[in-house]
Amino acid sequence: MSTVTTTVVVEHRSPVRTLGWAVPALVILLALPFVADQYQTILLAYGLIMGIAALGFNLLLGYTGLLSFGHSAYFGVGAYTVALMVKYLGVSSMELFLVGAIVACVLVTAVFGIACVRYTRIFFGILTMALSQVLWSLAFKFFWVTGGTDGLRVPTPTLLGAITGKGDKIAFLATSYYYYVLGVFIVCVAVMWVIVNSPFGRALQAIRDNEVRAEFVGLQIRQYRWVAFLVSGVFTGLAGALWVPLNGLTTPDIMHWTFSGEIVFMAVLGGFRSFTGPIIGAIVFNYLKTYAVGYTVYWQLFLGVVLVVLVLSLPTGIVGTADRLWTRWRAK
Amino acid sequence: MTVLLETRKLLKQFGAFRAVDQVDFRVEEGEVLALIGSNGAGKTTLVNLISGLLRADGGTIVFRGQDVTAQTVHERIAAGIARSFQLVNLFDQLSALDNVALAIFSRQSKTRKLWVLAEADRPVWQEAMEILHLFRMEAKARVLAGGLAQGERKLLDVAIAYALKPRLLFLDEPTSGVSTREKAPIMDTISSIVRSERISAAIIEHDMDVVFSYADRIVAMHQGTVLADGTPDQIRRDERVLTTLIGTPEASR
Repeated sequence: MSTVTTTVVVEHRSPVRTLGWAVPALVILLALPFVADQYQTILLAYGLIMGIAALGFNLLLGYTGLLSFGHSAYFGVGAYTVALMVKYLGVSSMELFLVGAIVACVLVTAVFGIACVRYTRIFFGILTMALSQVLWSLAFKFFWVTGGTDGLRVPTPTLLGAITGKGDKIAFLATSYYYYVLGVFIVCVAVMWVIVNSPFGRALQAIRDNEVRAEFVGLQIRQYRWVAFLVSGVFTGLAGALWVPLNGLTTPDIMHWTFSGEIVFMAVLGGFRSFTGPIIGAIVFNYLKTYAVGYTVYWQLFLGVVLVVLVLSLPTGIVGTADRLWTRWRAK
Repeated sequence: MTVLLETRKLLKQFGAFRAVDQVDFRVEEGEVLALIGSNGAGKTTLVNLISGLLRADGGTIVFRGQDVTAQTVHERIAAGIARSFQLVNLFDQLSALDNVALAIFSRQSKTRKLWVLAEADRPVWQEAMEILHLFRMEAKARVLAGGLAQGERKLLDVAIAYALKPRLLFLDEPTSGVSTREKAPIMDTISSIVRSERISAAIIEHDMDVVFSYADRIVAMHQGTVLADGTPDQIRRDERVLTTLIGTPEASR
């Protein structure tokens, strides 16, 4: 991060301008199942789900200044909650799955948060990672409950109490389920947008910028970090719950710290300094990974190279760079 | 005059070193007080103890008749103690206006709201703008705090503390690190604000010209203890202050 030497004037962004970007994007997302094939639609559904996960993650990184290396845990808690609800309670309602995932994530993040928000920087990162590995090992070892490495199967759920995937599962996922994911995605983006623009969101940014001063304007910073931790984990957990029916199966892989690394990658790729960055990053990452895996067995090497090039050449990510180019183009 | 804040036998030790050694210190209602002393005299430590950044190892701090020694920073701010910092502490990635507005949101206990838009709270932004106007910084309202000049950063630091509507304001070297030319305007701005609002202020300052022209009372510290306490005229003539802090009488004109 370079230090600011010249006078930087903040551009006042009107909500109207934000809408100017959101409306065309929404039209494309709504029209996609009609113009693209089922594979592309399902691929984008994965991208949107990862977008929700990265959006939650970035409340901590971009807005609170805390780098979590354990968000796979909350994604996994969401996913396994759904799988266990299917296995033990025989539930098939997607709405109940989402409620269950939220409740489970609130409980887990509330406890993990108490431990984690006592630390910042690398200590916070290591602790979140360690705790996520604890959950990973539980999913891995308690095979009579979690299925171990075989994981747990999750059939297609019932949406809104009426729409089921009986018959053509792929068509269900590419239409009804896609729109369901899109709906939850829009709600998540709207809720997160309000949160980061609320007085609470400002307080988080203040804590990020200067912890000591934040305390001396009267903020009890650990409480704020704890709430941010909770909200962040719940968003990522919701993403996990949406992901399971799409994937049809949950395995301990999604609890492993390497998946936390992927979430970090998404935020950095898109640009964690902006609100939309992590969403764009998640969608792009999803394509990158899918095609890299398809083309080469060395896909991790490929992604590694992308990450190195990215950090060196576009430190502000895709959105940050696009924003700068756009501003420069308009100034001409 | 009534006593606003009083410390009794206040003690802070760092290992065997007594940074603040049994200090009895008071601030009266409505006065502008200067804390002077050489580096390491214990001025900043004293302010850190009273504002809550550091915990006292002994003694008591009484603010408006209440023992605040065991209170958290949050509680002391709510009671009316605010401070600025020697090394400027700002929210660098927020605009000057946002910096002040955040203090107002915090003062009004609105920072716990996460379901309303901060932008929608007109009175807060209006008050923030008025405060920037008071500090002659309204032209810089939309500039990121990290991009302000040093003198402006110093003023913004004070403006944030002021936005908390304190009864007692500690200013830790409000003119350090700025050019000699900028010192007087900064002090003029600050002193006119605290005097018109009848806020008690305690200012740590090294510049003796600033101290003698703006303070009602001066407390001189040396090696963790209070060396002298009196009006600027008394301090100017105090033998101990002259020899330990200012130098020989000849050198100080």
